Amino acid sequence: MKIAVCIKQVPTREWQPRLDDSKTWIRESDASFEMNEPDAYALEEALRLKEKHGGEVVVCSAGPARVAQVIREALARGADRAIHVDDEGLAGADAFVTAAALASAMHEEKFDLVLTGLQSDDQGFAQVGVVLAEKLGVPHSTIIMEVQIDGASLRVKRELEGGWFQWIAMPLPAVLTIQSGINQLRYATLKGIMAAKKKEIRKAAAPAGAAAKQKIVSLYVPEKGKKTQIIGGSPAEAAKTLVQKLRDEARVIQ
Amino acid sequence: MILVIAEQKDGKLNRATWEAIVGAQQLDASAIAVLVLGAKAASVAGELAAASVQEIVTLEHPALEPYTPDGFTAALQDAIAQLSPSHVLLPHTYQTRDFAPKLAARLDRAIVTDVTAIKRGRETAFMRPMFQGKLTADVVPQGPAPHFVTFQIGAFRVDQVAKGAASAPVRALTVNVDASAIRQKPEPPFQQAKAAVDLSQAERIVSVGRGIKEQANIKIAEELAKALGAELAASRPICDSGWLPMERQVGSSGQTVAPKLYLALGISGAIQHLVGMKGSHTIVAINKDPDAPIFEIADYGIVGDLFEIVPAMIEALKQ
Repeated sequence: MKIAVCIKQVPTREWQPRLDDSKTWIRESDASFEMNEPDAYALEEALRLKEKHGGEVVVCSAGPARVAQVIREALARGADRAIHVDDEGLAGADAFVTAAALASAMHEEKFDLVLTGLQSDDQGFAQVGVVLAEKLGVPHSTIIMEVQIDGASLRVKRELEGGWFQWIAMPLPAVLTIQSGINQLRYATLKGIMAAKKKEIRKAAAPAGAAAKQKIVSLYVPEKGKKTQIIGGSPAEAAKTLVQKLRDEARVIQ
Repeated sequence: MILVIAEQKDGKLNRATWEAIVGAQQLDASAIAVLVLGAKAASVAGELAAASVQEIVTLEHPALEPYTPDGFTAALQDAIAQLSPSHVLLPHTYQTRDFAPKLAARLDRAIVTDVTAIKRGRETAFMRPMFQGKLTADVVPQGPAPHFVTFQIGAFRVDQVAKGAASAPVRALTVNVDASAIRQKPEPPFQQAKAAVDLSQAERIVSVGRGIKEQANIKIAEELAKALGAELAASRPICDSGWLPMERQVGSSGQTVAPKLYLALGISGAIQHLVGMKGSHTIVAINKDPDAPIFEIADYGIVGDLFEIVPAMIEALKQ
């Protein structure tokens, strides 16, 4: 079983947004980055499938030099080797360019299964996994909460809206986009971190001629949709004012 | 011509389809076709024909039931070739997320997902959240038509749909779908656990997010809920961690609620959560991060430590 996991490096949850001079992308120099959370769940699922069925887990990432940080982290958690499509132009790339970069580096590897997170916490288009499946010419399913493998056949539990689910069978190879919460994440051990230093990271070049399909013409802090009353003062004062406003102004409590 | 792809299941139209029609009417009301596909597509055509659009196109084929991304992509590829639309608009449902990027990739055309507003100008831009809602982007699709656009659930209001003076004409389209080329074999949908709690009926809800920090702290939210006469709910990460059961989850993958009072404790306001609660009458946010997107939609906000504010609220409610 040869499993690929596509991971993305995104700004941390605590990151305060700052824009660059073009006002069409973030100021990367003062952002801190981490592994996209849904991708971390995809990695964990791949590691569990390998423990059950044997084989190899290869982590793939398309991005500038900085993404080496999350690649090393994935190797420390247990991935066997990595492919890094290394190109400064991939920072802020759209889903088609990212998927093209991943597909070109992954094509010759002939993976049995490709996992990735259902969407990224940065641009959040929720497209790369599905577009990648089309480019690799394999079936896919999205928002997956359980993966069962029996020989060359795959059965997955897909999340539908409002608490509904559905099992779907399909042949391997396939691409799955993984939903957060599918499993409990493991963290890197010291032994894992040491072992990661000896693992192979293959660098690949981004393919020429992958044209962007969308252009961000403006990036900005959201305009407030409605007037939010921010209640100040000490915690005790603010709590008291809030309760009074909910009673007398909004009239939603007694 | 703008093509709206309607979503239906067992002859029941997904409400979000109307929102996509509102989006189409804002983009260019002069030439809109609404396409509905599936085994029972024709049964919702009459309902859709009430909208002020040029025509309803039905696409019935046995290979489209049940839904599969392979089947829908093949059918719509053929339909788009016949209709040559300038834009293809869809509601950003889980089903759309499953096939629309594949269809756009198949045709090598741009797709902008999760759009909340349309900005007309020299070039039409589509507004959408990025970075978990901390920033908003205006995005312009590139390359030849058609451009695919999916609209965030709730971004356009169903009550703003323009109805036609007379019913729009209905036309059936014939497409080729090779059933043997469909690789996904779906089983019938099921509900994991019976929802013992119907949060959609709750008048007041206290909802907890990552800011609650650990499971042991859930009890202070529980105490506040009790003092307010509210149900307890949570954002997805809390239910993923098993701190509260999945049935108490509010958001796109959980329940959609619209209580009189929605009090969000330590919830940053990721878009997947907001779509499940932004219809609430009065929204209160308590969060230590003044830039948390939840404050964008809150009526009342307190920036501070929920572990200090919540006990003080419980105290104030006793008076």
